[in-house]
Amino acid sequence: MQTYDLEANGLRGLNSALQELNGSTNKTAWEIVNPKGSHAIAVGLNSPVEVTVKGSTGYYCAGMNQQATVRVEGSVGPGVAENMMSGTVIVDGDASQYAGATGHGGLLVIKGNASSRCGISMKGIDIVVHGNIGHMCAFMAQAGNLVVLGDAGDALGDSCYEARFFVRGSVKSLGADCIEKEMRPEHIEILKDLLARAGADAKPEEFKRYGSARKLYNFDVDNAQAY
Amino acid sequence: MCGIVGLFLKDKSLEPKLGDMLTDMLITMTDRGPDSAGIAIYGADSSGRAKLTVQSDAPEEAFDGLDGALAEALSGDVSIRVIDTHAVLELPAGKEEEARAALAELRPGLRVMSAGDTIEIYKEVGLPEKVAERFNVRGMGGSHGIGHTRMATESAVTTEGAHPFSTGSDQCLVHNGSLSNHNALRRKLRREGVRIESQNDTEVGAAYLTWKMQNGASLGEALESSLEDLDGFFTFVVGTKDGFGVVRDPIACKPAVMAETDQYVAFGSEYRALVNLPGIEDARVWEPEPATVYFWNH
Repeated sequence: MQTYDLEANGLRGLNSALQELNGSTNKTAWEIVNPKGSHAIAVGLNSPVEVTVKGSTGYYCAGMNQQATVRVEGSVGPGVAENMMSGTVIVDGDASQYAGATGHGGLLVIKGNASSRCGISMKGIDIVVHGNIGHMCAFMAQAGNLVVLGDAGDALGDSCYEARFFVRGSVKSLGADCIEKEMRPEHIEILKDLLARAGADAKPEEFKRYGSARKLYNFDVDNAQAY
Repeated sequence: MCGIVGLFLKDKSLEPKLGDMLTDMLITMTDRGPDSAGIAIYGADSSGRAKLTVQSDAPEEAFDGLDGALAEALSGDVSIRVIDTHAVLELPAGKEEEARAALAELRPGLRVMSAGDTIEIYKEVGLPEKVAERFNVRGMGGSHGIGHTRMATESAVTTEGAHPFSTGSDQCLVHNGSLSNHNALRRKLRREGVRIESQNDTEVGAAYLTWKMQNGASLGEALESSLEDLDGFFTFVVGTKDGFGVVRDPIACKPAVMAETDQYVAFGSEYRALVNLPGIEDARVWEPEPATVYFWNH
């Protein structure tokens, strides 16, 4: 276990030390102390390293992650795990806006609540939020799964493509072209796996599935008035 | 960008340290707003006298003999405390409007930053650290205070474009964002007789709240109606003589974090601004909801 004091040694030193491991297959464990809300902690990692951040972070924690497991023992600012490709990011507290934005793969787990625009333009990432999510989540979501154990805010899944949304609680409103869909056995299986991997104590049967009505995929002149 | 910090103390024993804590918070927000900085501090009550904070670009000439000249004009006792480019004038209660008129005659270049029983506003162009140092904000005590670091968008980088803005007695407002209907609203408010000094969008927001409150709204109600009448992006933090409020627009893309303990309520544009507050590890920390008014009173 390597311990890095962020306050004493600075952000550049941390990220370059972690990125030096990129491409290696050695599994090492790192602990980051005194994060104090700093931005861009543990970004651009590409090795199976395990990083634990002992406290809350600012913007863009664990951005562009590949392979690594990053755990934040606190809350995170805007843009956690932005554009994640693979690996796992776990946040013990809450996440600010656009958590997991544009993510292509991997698993993002938020144990608390996520605020607005969670999963915006997600492209294959799986996101599991144990609490509630805010407004405009999964806007233009293209692929992947967004699982919410609590409630969803306004305009869930606005203008979405083929991403799946599973919500256990209420949905304040659905965005344009997002509808409730039938929960088929294959969805129960997907959800069961995600809930287990996210350490979530919930039954897949308690969720409703939402997704694209596919009405906005092609230009339709009758919709011209809507723009 | 822009950075906001605010601290509303519940525990009186922290009051002497208010300026010190706010200064640390303000400096942390330098990279969100390095153009200019300002602070509104609610200090000791001036025991029945009115307090006017004024600013001059030529303080030596402007403040020399100002207390005597103003005392004569008001035929009442006036004291002056000069702090760099600012000065705090204490005058007989109820003479505030008369003093403004007299100051415009006596010292035409002078700007009134704030007026009220307890509020003092200090703001200047420059790095937050330098601004705080010039006014010795660290040495100031008080019950609550609001600070702002500015990265200008809607008007020039000048002292009068810096935040906080005060458009009513003991009221102030700071803003992160930009208002898009401020020109029309400024014209409307001016027709209603509201004083607006600058071309800045935030001052219009402040004037709007003052106007609402002059027409009988509470601060909470004024903030509620701002969600309807103001167009654009905003996270506002406002102060009154004994209150502290926060509101974000419905889109809520301008960041905000709050923390509350038995000792204080704190606001920061980012969590970084709050990390050195006492007991932050055990504070309730949350992101204020969009289009929701938060308000605390002493």
